[in-house]
Amino acid sequence: MDCSLVRTLVHRYCAGEEECVDSRTVYVGHREPPPGAEAYIPQRCPDNRIVSSKYTFWNFIPKNLFEQFRRIANFYFLIIFLVQLIIDTPTSPVTSGLPLFFVITVTAIKQGYEDWLRHKADSAVNQCPVHFVQHGRLVRKQSRKLRVGDIVMVKEDETFPCDLIFLSSSRVDGTCHVTTASLDGESSHKTHYAVQDTKGFHTEEDMDSLHATIECEQPQPDLYRFVGRINVYSDLNDPVVRPLGSENLLLRGATLKNTEKIFGVAIYTGMETKMALNYQSKSQKRSAVEKSMNVFLIVYLCILISKALINTVMKYVWQSEPFRDEPWYNQKTEAERQRNLFLRAFTDFLAFMVLFNYIIPVSMYVTVEMQKFLGSYFITWDEEMFDEETGEGPLVNTSDLNEELGQVEYVFTDKTGTLTENNMEFKECCVEGHVYVPHAICNGQVLPAAAAIDMIDASPGAGGREREELFFRAVCLCHTIQVKDGDEADGPRKSPDSGRRCVYISASPDEVALVEGVQRELTPRDIKQLPQSHTARKRLGFTYLRLKDNYMELQNRGNDIERFELLEILSFDSVRRRMSVIVKSATGEIYLFCKGADSSIFPRVIEGKVDQIRSRVERNAVEGLRTLCVAYKRLIQEEYEGICKLLQAAKVALQDRERKLAEAYEQIEKDLILLGATAVEDRLQEKAADTIEALQKAGIKVWVLTGDKMETAAAACYACKLFRRNTQLLEVTTKRLEEQSLHDVLFELSKTILHCGASLTRDNFSGLSADTQDYGLIIDGAALSLIMKPREDGSSSSYRELFLDICRNCSAVLCCRMAPLQKAQIVKLIKFSKERPITLAIGDGANDVSMILEAHVGIGIVGKEGRQAARNSDYAIPKFKHLKKMLLVHGHFYYIRISELVQYFFYKNVCFIFPQFLYQFFCGFSQQTLYDTAYLTLYNISFTSLPVLLYSLMEQHVAMDTLKRDPALYRDIAKNALLRWRVFIYWTFLGVFDALVFFFGAYFMFENTTVTSNGQMFGNWTFGTLVFTVMVFTVTLKLALDTHYWTWINHVVIWGSLLFYVVFSLLWGGIIWPFLNYQRMYYVFIQMLSSGPAWLAIVLLVVVSLLPDVLKKVLCRQLWPSATEKVQTACLVSGPPLGSHPLASL
Amino acid sequence: MTWSATARGAHQPDNTAFTQQRLPAWQPLLSASIALPLFFCAGLAFIGLGLGLYYSSNGIKELEYDYTGDLGTGNCSVCAAIGQGRAPPPRCSCAWYFSLPEFFQGPVFLYYELTNFYQNNRRYGVSRDDAQLSGLQSALRHPVNECYPYQYSAAGLPIAPCGAIANSLFNDSFSLWHQRLPGGPYVEVPLDRTGIAWWTDYHVKFRNPPLVNGSLALAFQGTAPPPSWHRPVYELSPDPNNTGFINQDFVVWMRTAALPTFRKLYARIRQGNYSAGLPRGTYRVNITYNYPVRAFGGHKLITFSSVSWMGGKNPFLGIAYLVVGSLCILMGFVMLVVYIRYQDQNDEDEDDE
Repeated sequence: MDCSLVRTLVHRYCAGEEECVDSRTVYVGHREPPPGAEAYIPQRCPDNRIVSSKYTFWNFIPKNLFEQFRRIANFYFLIIFLVQLIIDTPTSPVTSGLPLFFVITVTAIKQGYEDWLRHKADSAVNQCPVHFVQHGRLVRKQSRKLRVGDIVMVKEDETFPCDLIFLSSSRVDGTCHVTTASLDGESSHKTHYAVQDTKGFHTEEDMDSLHATIECEQPQPDLYRFVGRINVYSDLNDPVVRPLGSENLLLRGATLKNTEKIFGVAIYTGMETKMALNYQSKSQKRSAVEKSMNVFLIVYLCILISKALINTVMKYVWQSEPFRDEPWYNQKTEAERQRNLFLRAFTDFLAFMVLFNYIIPVSMYVTVEMQKFLGSYFITWDEEMFDEETGEGPLVNTSDLNEELGQVEYVFTDKTGTLTENNMEFKECCVEGHVYVPHAICNGQVLPAAAAIDMIDASPGAGGREREELFFRAVCLCHTIQVKDGDEADGPRKSPDSGRRCVYISASPDEVALVEGVQRELTPRDIKQLPQSHTARKRLGFTYLRLKDNYMELQNRGNDIERFELLEILSFDSVRRRMSVIVKSATGEIYLFCKGADSSIFPRVIEGKVDQIRSRVERNAVEGLRTLCVAYKRLIQEEYEGICKLLQAAKVALQDRERKLAEAYEQIEKDLILLGATAVEDRLQEKAADTIEALQKAGIKVWVLTGDKMETAAAACYACKLFRRNTQLLEVTTKRLEEQSLHDVLFELSKTILHCGASLTRDNFSGLSADTQDYGLIIDGAALSLIMKPREDGSSSSYRELFLDICRNCSAVLCCRMAPLQKAQIVKLIKFSKERPITLAIGDGANDVSMILEAHVGIGIVGKEGRQAARNSDYAIPKFKHLKKMLLVHGHFYYIRISELVQYFFYKNVCFIFPQFLYQFFCGFSQQTLYDTAYLTLYNISFTSLPVLLYSLMEQHVAMDTLKRDPALYRDIAKNALLRWRVFIYWTFLGVFDALVFFFGAYFMFENTTVTSNGQMFGNWTFGTLVFTVMVFTVTLKLALDTHYWTWINHVVIWGSLLFYVVFSLLWGGIIWPFLNYQRMYYVFIQMLSSGPAWLAIVLLVVVSLLPDVLKKVLCRQLWPSATEKVQTACLVSGPPLGSHPLASL
Repeated sequence: MTWSATARGAHQPDNTAFTQQRLPAWQPLLSASIALPLFFCAGLAFIGLGLGLYYSSNGIKELEYDYTGDLGTGNCSVCAAIGQGRAPPPRCSCAWYFSLPEFFQGPVFLYYELTNFYQNNRRYGVSRDDAQLSGLQSALRHPVNECYPYQYSAAGLPIAPCGAIANSLFNDSFSLWHQRLPGGPYVEVPLDRTGIAWWTDYHVKFRNPPLVNGSLALAFQGTAPPPSWHRPVYELSPDPNNTGFINQDFVVWMRTAALPTFRKLYARIRQGNYSAGLPRGTYRVNITYNYPVRAFGGHKLITFSSVSWMGGKNPFLGIAYLVVGSLCILMGFVMLVVYIRYQDQNDEDEDDE
């Protein structure tokens, strides 16, 4: 978000002040407009070079280093490294420089490689040939040489080289089909329209004669929005002004399909294309674990600083006696004696910092990143989350949030396409109060012979008959469906059967279902049980054939083709919730057909059997069907002309076009006559109910946010068990608010809830709230905006708080009639409520993107409404049911894995550094290291890194099936349970205890005596090695104690790294290493192992260090077992579950 | 991000046990039923081991004498008084008399002990040149900077061995005399001064520079002894195998101690009649008192100790094993109680569910 802002600013700044205009002007074919036309400001536009790479050969090293050191952790380590270089410190700069260098190099190589790939891809794209029209001839040039204003020819199956205004096509009707698979992933064909006045220019020569200018807005990233206008000059007439919309715009990255070739003029090039503007990094989401980790880091930083401070102070107190400061055997240099006391103290402080800096290890960041990155593969690999039907598997767009999946408290789900299949099936229609149902439905195919309708009994009369036909025509005409022709489809007259073969394509599945529905034979419901022989056989279906030359063709009941001229389309939007078409029939009558949600149609209706239809619509809505109302209005010519003007004016507006259009639509779509209503069923996704039930058992609150009407949504909620029979529904709806004020409603509801609140909270302790009163809340968009709206007296927050209070006590909340932004608003409201719960939003459509981006975790469903949601999400799954495994299994695992990883890392570094700290008290605070440099460096890198990494990839404390079977286990880790302060302090104290054991164990062992049978003495390095050995074993075995899932990999890694430590130590001490300037470790380890007491001490100290943890584990399991521990014990008793239990899926 | 249109359809995942996270695994559980026998077994084993260690440590005899020479503590106080405030202190000898009422089971080892001496001070600890000590010619002439201020002598000659550690080499010497019969003559007890340093240190890590014309002195020509030394390094001992950098005393000293109070091995008594131990009788230790410790508040001690398989006298390990073993048993009992009491309760809970 910030990026785009910065980019715009930079762009503006670079482009200079004069270009800060809202529109740009393009001379088509670089031909100056005729004199007398408005004077345009010339603009500089970039060439068509795409630069997705971040670095060039020259700036790679400095820029990459700069970016890497912007990360606070890397910077910290750099500072430590520099301090080591500058001052005399106990450890060589290698110890911190090497790991840092390693991390930086690996990251730089990875980023460099990625950038090299980008360079390659860029140059491939920039050099691919493009056909230009220059002086009436076709010229092939490299894509990067393309400039704004160039006329480009694109052939079938080529991708567009930049954003083009579609001038003409080889198709006669001036359309072309494109797929935008690489832009938003939608593979369906979309139709784009050439500019009316230029679609006749079919050849290069024609193009050269085109004289036009285009005005359009400055580049902006919205793929689906474009406003502009074209002025076509001709010698004869005045310039023609035409509006340009997104249907005239061909986007870079889209591919031309089913069209031989097209001409277009480049308007946005290079980095200004919508595709380039869309590839912006999304805002970074940080998981709760990461936040706790950062808090812990700060704690450790404080510990580090206080340790260094304590030691510095102690040093100077201790040194106040001169014979300690400078005994005769250890004299200082003259320079040291001269140095300023404060400077000395400060260097000492820094030296202590360096000595203890390992408490915050570089490797933790690396390990956490690796764990997240590698761990996320388990999601993509998961076979159970692979959908055979669509061939789609789960996608991981970010691996930063894996563990957040285990922390979700609120799930916000879209209904259509998420809970439901978005596989619409026409159920019935109601015309003038008469209900028709499809006679026979068989997999969407119509059984041809079974056509039947009888009008005897339900005969609507002549007028009614006319209305009925009008209704079907309306359904057939009022849509934006395209017909995908079969191969034989070019015949002008198709047989009715071949007509059925055509495939309808539309952005909205409802429309397809409706058009397919009315083409079927319909039976009035009231007589359908009558024997067929009594009914007259007659076709009822109206079939939409195609849109040709702006004429919509449809086949009526009599198998005749009717042609309607399509005059205007007032397209659908989610605010108006309706769409209209204006058509002219063959007889010259002009109709406006309007189709939309009941709430948006009924207020605009002045005539028709409103009550009957309304009751039918409500009935259908309760059954969970999606209803649409159809209305019409007959227009006389003058009216139509007025409308035309209105629309034209709005359409050519460059500014505020949306608003002006909406106003125009508002004026046009009124005084309608109601025809009827349709009902379409959207089936629930398989196992949606099971999933929701499992989520609720897991303590997750599920909210449904939908744009659907209340009744439909509520029915779906009942169907998917979000509401149960005993759920008491509370309503905050517009209807209710008409009777009472918002204030009263809210207070009343909160009273109802709080009445039972006490019993509810009491029950929460037992974890089961099945018998208590369940509350479900229904709120609609209008009521929500009232609640959210800040009031003048500033007391809005009280409503919000009240509303939140109510929500918190409801087991399920249904928000209907939501606009996309309102969905995000709700998510935000909960996200920032005082408990700061972790929210998850799941949806499939473009309207869910805002909430997906807003929630802590956004999950997209790879659905029918395109891939926009999946593209903007953090994770994408093929079906709603996969959410269960995603959260309950993967999320749970990731959470326990990473929390153990984090805690363990801090623990092992306390163990590592605390003995160093203690040793300072015995070496005169001289910053003497306890361990050898190699041990200091390798402790975190190799001796103890792999076991915890593999643990954090493989650990399964409870079997996967158990987690799925028992969703309540999810509650055990809720609220970041494994990273609470209590747990963190336990781990830290365990680390301190272990460190004390190591250090003082070794201390008393070595105190003033020999430990070998030959009477020889050991030195300080042996002392350190003993401590270190005990530590490596303890720390590794502590992890082994925590491991519940020992695969061969864990065995290899845990025992392997212990073995590696021993082998390394033998080698390190076994050879005089010529490149070292000291040989202090020579034979130290081997000498230590030759001593019996050292072995005994290692065993003893390891056991003592592990004892408290074992004791705590056993006692806690016995005395206060958590649900997880109970299940573990139960599994142990009953043995591992063999396959999935038949009841497991319940 | 690539600009080419890539098919993003997910590939069918591999169905392996690893990718599906279904690798066969051993799933141990640290429950009371496992921990209980473990605690008892470990406890018993530890107590057994602890008893063994304790008695083994108790069987070791130690005889210790502080010869620093604080006033009124023996005849070394004279030497201490002479040495007070004078550097280098004049040569002085004193003696320590003791009598053994019974046989001192051998083998007996003679240690000296220093207190308050920070061999583990960082600046002190790095002040050495391992390359020089390994006999490298170039390092002999050009000691590393860490040795500073004991790097070059005032005359500008490289110091060999350089550094603070070498400079502060312990230079008291002891000899042991035995008087078998009261009033009889003192017989010198042979002290074996070999084998007191690590074998690898003496044979590998420390090497003399190559001899020049068969003479070690010539090899060290052009170097200066450390300022505190009275004689050059090649005269540390008349024995050619024990002089220069491979002098045993020197090698022992160069292995810096871990703690400010430390012992270093001086000699082993294992020759002649004394190989089995020190017989009864009166003994005298002749001490050459050179090493100043009072300046830094330290003490010098001399110690006779016998050594068993587990080294010198150290009751810590035995006691620790005993304590931990008993703790294990105690914990075991606590757990047993808990286990029995709460097992029924848990069963009831499960029945309730």
